[in-house]
Amino acid sequence: MPDALSRAGVLPAGVLPAGVLPAGVPAPAFTLPATPDQSLSLGDLRGKPVILAFYPADWSPVCGDQMALYNEVLPEFHRYGAQLVGISTDGVWCHAAFAAERRLHFPLLADFEPKGGVARRYGVYRETEGTSERALFVIDGEGVIRWSYVSPLGLNPGADGILDALDALAAKNSAGAAS
Amino acid sequence: MSTLKPPVGPDDHGQGPADAPVTLVEYGDYECPYCGEAYPVLKAVQAEMGDRLRFVFRNFPLTQQHPHAGRAAEFAEAAAAIGRFWEAHDLLYERQDALDQASLHAYARMIGLDDAHLAAAFEGRYDEKIRRDFSGGLRSGVNGTPTLFVNGERYDGPRDVDSLLTVLRAAAAERI
Repeated sequence: MPDALSRAGVLPAGVLPAGVLPAGVPAPAFTLPATPDQSLSLGDLRGKPVILAFYPADWSPVCGDQMALYNEVLPEFHRYGAQLVGISTDGVWCHAAFAAERRLHFPLLADFEPKGGVARRYGVYRETEGTSERALFVIDGEGVIRWSYVSPLGLNPGADGILDALDALAAKNSAGAAS
Repeated sequence: MSTLKPPVGPDDHGQGPADAPVTLVEYGDYECPYCGEAYPVLKAVQAEMGDRLRFVFRNFPLTQQHPHAGRAAEFAEAAAAIGRFWEAHDLLYERQDALDQASLHAYARMIGLDDAHLAAAFEGRYDEKIRRDFSGGLRSGVNGTPTLFVNGERYDGPRDVDSLLTVLRAAAAERI
């Protein structure tokens, strides 16, 4: 029941539902279509932080707001050298129409075949709905998850958690460089 | 998460006493239809709360979605520089369907903001302040517009007059 508990706000902040990959775990590798004729691999993004934003579906109002918000925050993400990637179980043509309509300037990956395969490996697939959770992962340049978060499904998680995680990553890197 | 950072300060646009028991902060976009819906509600709430409420507006323009939101915010900040922020704010929300540049120039004339000043605003004179508002909003957990904070805590509840009054009165009572 951890999912239902966290959605009801019963789980204290910072506690992940069971099965969700936590900080410190290597991010599972994947390759997914980004457009009808191009794919993107997590490995291609090595060396810089990656923000994986799993969301349930294109077009649903909250997702729209969440992806639209991240679209506005891109310059801020880029200041950290971070690459944002959206992932849902929608197909490439659906993503293409959604991205064009909302003028999104970051890739949306289609976790479509096998359905939700990547979401399952990150522990954020919802069997009943056939979609992913609304989940965020910040991965460092070495491919290790540094922060993960599952939002109540109907609630746009905003960008503050991501920015805090990127701050922590930047602080760690500069401390590492100084020592 | 979802606590207002930075707290309300002298750079903010506020209405109502600085020592009011409740401060309501709105992060808003002048072209956002939901902010437009909230506008008369917040006016009614302010009228009802009177001196017990300070209302603060911060910029959160979603410029990729709303092509006029950036210019509208620049216009309002220029108006603030001549002491006419709230007139500009109210004009923008009352005429949300006409926020193109010609309209903004007309509104500027209505509130005594000269063309050169507005042009400077459009060239970015106040963009630093707008960006600061936006960035503080992101850090505070603003996840769309409008986002409201009651005494520094994000409010995610319904945005009708009665619900807001209930929450604001409870917050006021806590302070007494």
